[in-house]
Amino acid sequence: MSTVPSELAVESEAKGALPTGGAPTPARRVIATLMKSPAVVVSVCIIVFIALLAVCAPLLAVITGWGPYDFDKSAIDSDLGGIPIGPLGGISAEHWLGVEPGNGRDILVRVAYGAQVSLTIALSATLVTMTLGVVLGMVAGFFGGLADQIISRVMDFLMAFPTLIFMIALLSALPAGNRPVLLVIVLSIFGWPYTARVIRGQTMTLRNSEFVEAARASGARPMRIAFREVLPNLRGTIIVLATLAVPGYIGTEAGLSFLGVGVMPPTPSWGQMISTAVGWYAVDPMFFLIPGTFLFLTVFSFTVLGDHLRTALDAGDAA
Amino acid sequence: MLFYFARRILAAIGVLLLISLFTYAIFFLLSPDPAVQICGKTCTPERIDQIRSQLGLDLPFWQQYWQFLSGIFTGRTYGEGAAAIQCAAPCLGFSFQTNEPVTDMITTRMPVSITVAVGAAVLWMLAGIGGGLLSAVKQGTGWDRGVMMTALAGISLPNYFVALLLQYVLVVQLRWLPFPQSVQFAEDPLLWFQSYLMPWLVLAFGYAAMYSRIVRTNVIDTLGQNFMRTARAKGLDAPLVLRRHALRPSLTPVVTLFGMDFAGLLGGALITETVFGLNGVGKLTADSIAKNDQPVIMGVTLLAAGLVVIANMLVDVAYTYLDPRVRVKSA
Repeated sequence: MSTVPSELAVESEAKGALPTGGAPTPARRVIATLMKSPAVVVSVCIIVFIALLAVCAPLLAVITGWGPYDFDKSAIDSDLGGIPIGPLGGISAEHWLGVEPGNGRDILVRVAYGAQVSLTIALSATLVTMTLGVVLGMVAGFFGGLADQIISRVMDFLMAFPTLIFMIALLSALPAGNRPVLLVIVLSIFGWPYTARVIRGQTMTLRNSEFVEAARASGARPMRIAFREVLPNLRGTIIVLATLAVPGYIGTEAGLSFLGVGVMPPTPSWGQMISTAVGWYAVDPMFFLIPGTFLFLTVFSFTVLGDHLRTALDAGDAA
Repeated sequence: MLFYFARRILAAIGVLLLISLFTYAIFFLLSPDPAVQICGKTCTPERIDQIRSQLGLDLPFWQQYWQFLSGIFTGRTYGEGAAAIQCAAPCLGFSFQTNEPVTDMITTRMPVSITVAVGAAVLWMLAGIGGGLLSAVKQGTGWDRGVMMTALAGISLPNYFVALLLQYVLVVQLRWLPFPQSVQFAEDPLLWFQSYLMPWLVLAFGYAAMYSRIVRTNVIDTLGQNFMRTARAKGLDAPLVLRRHALRPSLTPVVTLFGMDFAGLLGGALITETVFGLNGVGKLTADSIAKNDQPVIMGVTLLAAGLVVIANMLVDVAYTYLDPRVRVKSA
């Protein structure tokens, strides 16, 4: 569930030869190709919208007049066990997307703050796993030998783990502390091997290519070859992997929060809102539909963008 | 060949040992004192000491880990003399909450998880391979786009959301299904089927989405290969080419994934079981984590890891039969 079970041994052998050599596709051409697809344009618009929602969450709280933790007893019917007053989960001029049953907190504002939490965690985890994965994958693929042995064994070990169970166990055993930071750490520990494995494979192919040979013959040092010759050629793969990693982490964070070990209340998070909504789904379906739709649209848009990027960049097996 | 299998088995045992050590160490270091937890509110320092020595909690870390590990193979005796408690061979200790043997807790819940996993697996393999194949053969048509959009939705929708949506629509609104209940097949076959239908559908949707994308990519890839042209040039008819030549190489990666995913599900479908209130290993895991019931968490983690490691090994064996390239490499 966490990271996309990527890349398989046989598959990589069949396709590994594809993306070698060749100049990286010019960015402008890739963007032009992408913009021709309506699906990509819509996805980018949704991502921008969600990002704006996250950034403007405090502003939204000021405009609507409701903070993410403000209870509104007048918006719920205490005689009916706290069901929101009004149609569709209490949608009104006061509360644009309705209120939470039971306490009357504004759903729109909480969804916006939830977007903030979700995106921050997913982007940080992506940054950390990409850095770790690229560095370790390149070291393993480029230098081989003992370094490769050690890194590959650690990757095998981490990927054999029942990841979800272990993440939950670890997060539930850890002290409360700063949950978002803990989440980023735990997601990163189990996430980097999936990046490193792909990078390692591609580095190994690139290492034997002619331009690397040429650089070596002209006396370039290994570090220079790694960073100036190999790394630029991995750019496409890294962009695709990163784009596809974000929705994976958003989904995992939401899943962990849903199970009650992720972001802790009262801090809002989409997964946690859906988890609270489980008790109300029969009487107030809007409470799970709204955060669920936001979660779905975000993950969906990032996945569409990543898929198209992969095709456009022809990053081959970077799935 | 034999040497290769022996090496795989040794590696698998190594991974399992490491996982057990890691899990044990993390709970040893992070958990609050279990003796205090067991002792409850009416507790005296003497009682705590007594519990500690009975459970072996006063021993250093390595000895505790060793006792735990050897308990799995040879059984274990807690305490001494008349107060001694026996725990038979695959001993994973006793729950801190209910005092039940962990092994029994898992085995009684296994049938539910197996039912969930098998039903879902049948559905997702049929839908995933069928959908992927259809999409690849009808590449670029409305069929292709339809299947791929559905698949994209499937991998983007969190399964708890699908579960809630399905339950809301089918149970609350349309009343086509009753609320899921824990019934045995023998008691009421219809209710049994109705209760498992939603969990199967929810799980299968997510996996089928992933599988159809992979199958599509692989079949398209294979269709472009030289041997496919040869096969067609030989005059073989299209369905036979597809079955004989295209499907087999396209399915090898699916076998790997299936091994991992199916084994993972046998270890408990955490979220789905919890949402639908099915009393399987997944729910046991969720409950034990919520109550910080360390021996149970240890037991289910080891079970899940063991299943995944064994599945990986079986997949490797299956591979050598399915894909000649692997056979050459390992020899």
